[in-house]
Amino acid sequence: MSPPPRLSEAEDRQRRAATRNGWLLSAPALVLLFIAASGPLLIVLVYSFLTPGKYGDVSWEFSTSGWVGILFSRDIFDDTLKLADAHLTIFWRSVKLSLLTTAITFALGFPTAWFIATRPPKARALWLFLITIPFWTNLLIRTFAITEIIRNEGILNKVLLAIGVIAAPLRIMNTDTAVLIGMAYVYLPLMVLPLFAAIDRFDMRLLEAGYDLYASRMQVLRHVILPIVRPGIVAGSILVFVPSLGAYVTPRVLGGGKNMMIGNFIELQFGQGRNWPLGAALSIALLIVVMLAMLIYVRAATKEDTPHG
Amino acid sequence: MIKITGTAGPILSVNAAIMARDVTKAFGQGETALKALDNVSCEIRTGEFFTLLGPSGCGKTTLLRLIAGFEMPTAGQILIDGQDVTGQPPNRRAVNTVFQSYALFPHLSVAENVGFGLKMQGRPRAEIAATVREMLALVKLEALAGRRTGQLSGGQQQRVALARALAPRPKVLLLDEPLSALDLKLRKEMQVELKRLQTETGITFVFVTHDQEEALTMSDRIAVMSAGKIQQIGVPREIYTAPVNRFVADFIGETNFIPATAVPGGAKLADGTVLPAEGEGSLLIIRPEQLRLLPAAADGALPATVESVVYFGTDTHVHLALEDGTKLTARVPSPADGHSGHAPGQRIGLGFAPGAARLIRE
Repeated sequence: MSPPPRLSEAEDRQRRAATRNGWLLSAPALVLLFIAASGPLLIVLVYSFLTPGKYGDVSWEFSTSGWVGILFSRDIFDDTLKLADAHLTIFWRSVKLSLLTTAITFALGFPTAWFIATRPPKARALWLFLITIPFWTNLLIRTFAITEIIRNEGILNKVLLAIGVIAAPLRIMNTDTAVLIGMAYVYLPLMVLPLFAAIDRFDMRLLEAGYDLYASRMQVLRHVILPIVRPGIVAGSILVFVPSLGAYVTPRVLGGGKNMMIGNFIELQFGQGRNWPLGAALSIALLIVVMLAMLIYVRAATKEDTPHG
Repeated sequence: MIKITGTAGPILSVNAAIMARDVTKAFGQGETALKALDNVSCEIRTGEFFTLLGPSGCGKTTLLRLIAGFEMPTAGQILIDGQDVTGQPPNRRAVNTVFQSYALFPHLSVAENVGFGLKMQGRPRAEIAATVREMLALVKLEALAGRRTGQLSGGQQQRVALARALAPRPKVLLLDEPLSALDLKLRKEMQVELKRLQTETGITFVFVTHDQEEALTMSDRIAVMSAGKIQQIGVPREIYTAPVNRFVADFIGETNFIPATAVPGGAKLADGTVLPAEGEGSLLIIRPEQLRLLPAAADGALPATVESVVYFGTDTHVHLALEDGTKLTARVPSPADGHSGHAPGQRIGLGFAPGAARLIRE
């Protein structure tokens, strides 16, 4: 109702001094961050505009071939540019699997986070600890453990065969499904934790208010719970989607050589592909696309927050 | 009140907005179960301002939550407008609640909060908009329709909560200590406001409070509760002047208790004095403002000694002791100069306003 209090001149000066001191104090960290984070990125950016060397590495000649190579490949015979279907397949698979991973981790993570947030405080700490246990083990080992479960002679197939649900083993290894299972498993905690934080802040009394005002359970979920815990959903989806898009180990181990994702494709350019500029260009492009996508997503997800009435 | 005696069941009165029949609510199981409500029956009439009054833990909020449908009774039935709703969830009951914490939706504007119930009922947009405007006008918040609820003061949030609960035109509005979070001045304002809203809308209000003054000033009828039971139901005057037992007498206002025995036409005190009193029981009650301080030798007066005098501004409290040691308090209007003329140790005679003394059960 009342206008914001106007700052007096003294307050204003004090505030400016505080801002200046803040910058000075964080300067060392900012400098380190700039060198450690932006430095390598700058090198990658420069490499993306160079010419591939014969045995890997780069030769210092300016070229856009790396960037062109993201979408196009040169015909070996007549040297014309054409759309690289294989690349597009990899991009599409990466986006598809990352979106699916986000959806699956949300579907599994939301009830889990809700369950944890509604436990008594002591039990809550235990459940959160259990959720983070997989982080204690190396990613590679966890991924191989999944292999043990889903491979043709693995635990899953043995059990299903034994109880007669299936007649022949399910071929899951080296498929997109395998990659999806692996990524959902690996990234689930990253969805659960921010969702838990949001649900923990949720005022459970609002549920009764919703039911009281004729909302069914589904309506309460849709019109009360989800909009209020939306910051948690946004944070969780970003934390899952972004690393999924750049996933490297999981598709490599579970997807086999054929079901490559962008991460593996980039690695390939620095290894057997011997095309460092292409790898560098792909890395930068991925970074830009992810940043743009997140910007659009966060905008869209928070747009409805401004009240209208 | 019209009563119809049906063959199928007990007496059914046609104008009851709410009926609770032999309702018991126990939390926990077996030996450790805590009975929040113990075989409670009551009837709330359509259009009345009904108050559930009692100390915390008496079961008043539990009864309200059973009516709303947030809790299910362990035994008994709840009827809303003659319909048995005992097993129905809150969203199927034509009652709305104003919560103690208000429980406004933080992600919605004031107008969206008010329109929430109608939206969930699937009413057309135009109707929702019109009702929201009408409700905001009713609680005088038209100017804040677009605001976030977090930006409102306590009193404003209270009004939004009221408008939100009234918007779907419930058969009964349930209010769970809605004024307890407000400061004294605002609370007085809202008391008047609530009464006005109830009169204007004609909706049955069920109001839960532990504040006896609030209950007395606002209610058409009051149910005084204690230990999971309704002790007495009646109009405020009845509850105050003719409490049925010690709990009610003690909880509503201040009372002097004098041990006595019932004799024809009155009550006999320990010293043999017989005072005219109605009612029956072994406890004589008299309100402090009904005691008259007379000269020691006054005819028919009970001898007493002043123990202390406390000045309260508008009136003065005189603490007294009878000859047998029973302590009493008299409340007398303060004279213009503030000096009541009583002093500790003074011997006086105690007179009773006619009809003021009453015998009750323990």
